[in-house]
This record gives sequence, structure tokens and C-alpha cells, in this order.
Amino acid sequence: MKEIVVLSGKGGTGKTSIVGSFAVLAKNKVLADCDVDAADLHLILNPAVRENHEFWSGDTAVIDGKLCTQCGLCQELCRFSAVKDYIVDPISCEGCGFCAHICPAEAITMKENLSGEWFSSNTKYGPLVHARLGIAQENSGKLVALVRQQARQLAEKEGFDCIISDGPPGIGCPVISSLSGANLALLVTEPTLSGIHDLERVLGVCRHFGVPALVCINKYDLNEENARQIESNCLSQGVEIAGRVPFDNVVTESIVQGVPVVEYSDGRVTKEVERMWHTLSTMLGNHEKR
Amino acid sequence: MIISVASGKGGTGKTLVATSLALSLKDRDKVQLLDCDVEEPNAHIFLKPVITGSESVYIPVPKVDEDKCTYCGKCAQVCAYNAIAVLGEHVLTFPQLCHGCGACSYLCPENAITEEGRKGGIVEWGHSGGIDFAHGKLNVGEAMAPPVIKKVKEQASNNGVVIVDAPPGTSCPVVESIKGSDFCILVTEPTPFGFNDLMLAVETVRELNMPFGVALNRVGVRYKDVEKYCSGENIPILLTIPLSTEIARLYSKGVALVEGMPQWESSFIEVLDGIREILDERNCSPQR
Repeated sequence: MKEIVVLSGKGGTGKTSIVGSFAVLAKNKVLADCDVDAADLHLILNPAVRENHEFWSGDTAVIDGKLCTQCGLCQELCRFSAVKDYIVDPISCEGCGFCAHICPAEAITMKENLSGEWFSSNTKYGPLVHARLGIAQENSGKLVALVRQQARQLAEKEGFDCIISDGPPGIGCPVISSLSGANLALLVTEPTLSGIHDLERVLGVCRHFGVPALVCINKYDLNEENARQIESNCLSQGVEIAGRVPFDNVVTESIVQGVPVVEYSDGRVTKEVERMWHTLSTMLGNHEKR
Repeated sequence: MIISVASGKGGTGKTLVATSLALSLKDRDKVQLLDCDVEEPNAHIFLKPVITGSESVYIPVPKVDEDKCTYCGKCAQVCAYNAIAVLGEHVLTFPQLCHGCGACSYLCPENAITEEGRKGGIVEWGHSGGIDFAHGKLNVGEAMAPPVIKKVKEQASNNGVVIVDAPPGTSCPVVESIKGSDFCILVTEPTPFGFNDLMLAVETVRELNMPFGVALNRVGVRYKDVEKYCSGENIPILLTIPLSTEIARLYSKGVALVEGMPQWESSFIEVLDGIREILDERNCSPQR
């Protein structure tokens, strides 16, 4: 089974629109939304939720005011400044449990957090595993790992040969969690100086974790000089350009209509995304085409 | 006053708003811009600061003196992140998983654990035409952004206007960036993605009990749900930027909006005036 993850470094370059289109084009696959902070793929795939599960992860310290002697040791030792006036601020608490271990009055207990939920759903394009991290919660990387694990189990059980993941922006914890062990990464960028800068960093992350990467220049005609710069940067690093998608308002219109762009239009964006999927699926050894 | 600029969804225009706000205010106030999107910092592209100093960010990780260690396993037992394990007569540490809480070294009965710094990133500071500037860069391959964000925020000035450019999302790096701000501007775009992620961002700032308003970017699509939601929830819309190829081109070249189109300056000054009014009202009213 093969797994492709779509990342970008910079946010808002078009990851979800492209994954939504791959959902239409790819056969025999499981979809995974690994952007658990701000998941959007469901807005164009319109899933019917089959199962939902709570995601319990990490702890928060709680001080029992009746047992607390106000000695102040927890406040002094907490590295995250999470204890003030003998009360724990759950937003600052990182759940390390140091305070609970050292409290001489044994007034501190660790309570497990309900950190979010995850869903296994059906869409007209195939199964989707997605999640929602609780507001201001930590452990997005763990929830991403869980989404991927569930997608893999589902694919194995039901005989799907490919997983397509919509990744989060950035290069930190949830990105690493989405990327490590995947077979291929598609990096969606845009021809802006910010896009160029951020692509270099996410390419570095792919290299660091040994995942081969291809690049998609989205809205390439917005600034063709910058697009050429991206191409030459990629060429010098031996990174293949998988596609050059033109800017077209049809993409935003399709999102407003809540459908993947390749289903909404058969214009130039659709043609290029189809071509790109053909390149990627050939690379994945999945020769099936629509 | 600290104003943070956050969004939920990425690529909605946080950096555009943060940099143009800083540039518009610099002749009237002392202004500082802190780029806390340490995974993908971009504000420097627009402000082109002169960097005058830098400091590496170290995360304390355990170092075990095996001469003193009796392999009792206390450290592994207290570590909430599985960053230290004792297997027979071996102690294994996993620095990438360590949050630097210090529990293992403090609780080791043999005093066999000390802490050493592991470099997670860098903070740089300087200035750009009257704006004080600082940003952080998470090292490529590192997972934990919050320690680098904390270091950037240590640069915050005590007076004038401090503008924090936050990362996208709603989880720990966002909370770390905006925590302690007096006001939060949530930048979004009028699409179903922008709307969905705005609602998540609103829940986050409400959780922090922080006053906030919205900046709407790329307005032009016939999609009115964001405006309807804001008016229904009594959320002020502080700024509206139209969908425009000219603005997109300026952005693509790394030119700040108010530098390419100076007529926008007054709109950004009004944003600050609007924020001051909201904060004054909030301070006068007995509730909230």
C-alpha cells in the first residue's frame, strides 16, 4: 500500500482543493485529513460520518485546594509558568506531571484531557478518516498519527492500495507526524516570495525524513518570474515539478459550491490537475486512471 | 499594547495585515513586530529588517551520568513524554520527545541526571525603518515550535504597539503566540474554508478570554456567510480588503500593501483606532 501526503509549508496555497480533486481522480484509495487544527477537506467531500470516537490525550494538573498547604514548590518548579496563586492554568499546563510528583501534600492529581475527536466516514469518492482537535489543545501530532493509523488499518482491511493525506501547513510537529514514513510528498506552493521561502523549508523537512517530494506550483501565472525561480530552485535540487496549475476563479467558486474543482469544471485547472494526478499515480506504481 | 494577528486557516493574509499595520503606525507610535510563525516566518520578506543580534534557542534535555545511575527507572516512570527509558542496564533518551520539564533530573534519587541544551531554533532581532523587529526560526526537522515562540516573545517591548504575527491553526503554537495579547485580529477570507476556520479561531480566542475583531481579505466572491456570522455574533469587522490582482502581485513580490499602495495607510490607522475604542469600552463596562 502506498501513501501520498500533500504539504505546503505556507498555508493557503491550495492543498485541500488539490486533495479534493485527487479524491475524484484516484481509484481504490482511503482519504485522510491530517490538518486536525483546521480541517477543511470535509467541506468539499461532504462525508457521512459512520463512526466517531473521542480522542483522549495528555494530562492537566489539578490542585485540590483543601489539601494544598500553599508551600509554593509547584509554582517554583513548573517550567511552563502554569501555576499561579496555587491554581493551574490549563492552557499553559503541558501535562508533564512534575508538580504532582513533588507536591509534599499530595494535593495535585493529573486528569486526562479530552483533546478532540476523530471520524471514520463515507464519501461518494471513498472512505475518509478525519478529526477535530479540541480548541486550544495540544498533541495535534498524536491525533495526526492516529488518523494515519486508522486510514492504514481501513485500507488494509478493505483492500485499498493507496492513502491520500491532506497535510497541515508549517514544518513542525503535525507536519512531521503527517510525513514520516509516507511514500511520496506533493508540496503545493505559490509563486510569491513567501511561497518560495516556505517551500525551501518544507523541502528540507522531506529530505530530513527521507521522503521523496514533488512540487506543484499553484496559481503559477500570478507571477511567472517567481514561478520560473521555483522551477530553477527545484531543478538544482533534483526535485521534479509535478504540475503548474493556472490561477482561475473557478477554484474558489467550486469551494463555495462545496465540490471538488475537477467535478465542477472541465477547464484548464481540471486538465492540469488530472495530468498531475497521472504523474503522481504513475510514480506511486498505481497505473489506474479515471 | 500587544495586538496579535491570527487566522485559523493559513494563507489568509496575516503577514500582509501585520506588516502593513506596523508600517502604517510607525510614524505615530513606537512599533515593534514579532514574527511568531517560527515554522514559516515571512514578515522579514516584506520588512527587510537589518538584523543586529541573534540568540540560539536551547531546549533542556536530560544527560545521564551512567557512573552514578543505578537503573532504578524513576526517570522513565516520571517522564510523561516517553523521552527516557531504562532497559536493563541501559538508559535511552529521546531528545526529540523531551519537553524540558526537568522532572527526571530533579527526581533522580542518585543525582545522575543533568540537563544540557539541545538547539531547537534561533531568534533574530533588528530594525526596519523605525520598526523594531524580531522573529524566530524553528530548525528544519524539529517538531516543537513553542519554545522558539516563547523566546521571540521575550523580545516584546514594554511600551508602544507590539504586533504579533501568529502561525495558522488553533493548537499550541497559536496559543503560545497570542497568549498575553490585549487584542487579536483574526484574518479570514469569505470562502467556506475561511469561514469554518474562522469559527475555530473565534472559539480559541474566546477560550483565552481575549477581545478580538476580524479582518476580511480577498472580498469579492459572492459568499456572505462570514459577514452574516460576524454581525450575528457581534464581532466587529475592522478591515476589508478586496480581491485584487494588483494586491496579489504586490504580495508575490514581497512588497507590503501600504508601500505599494500608500492609500491603504489610513485604513490601517483606523484599525488601531477601532481597537483602542473597543478596549476603552471594555475597560469602562463592568462586565467581561
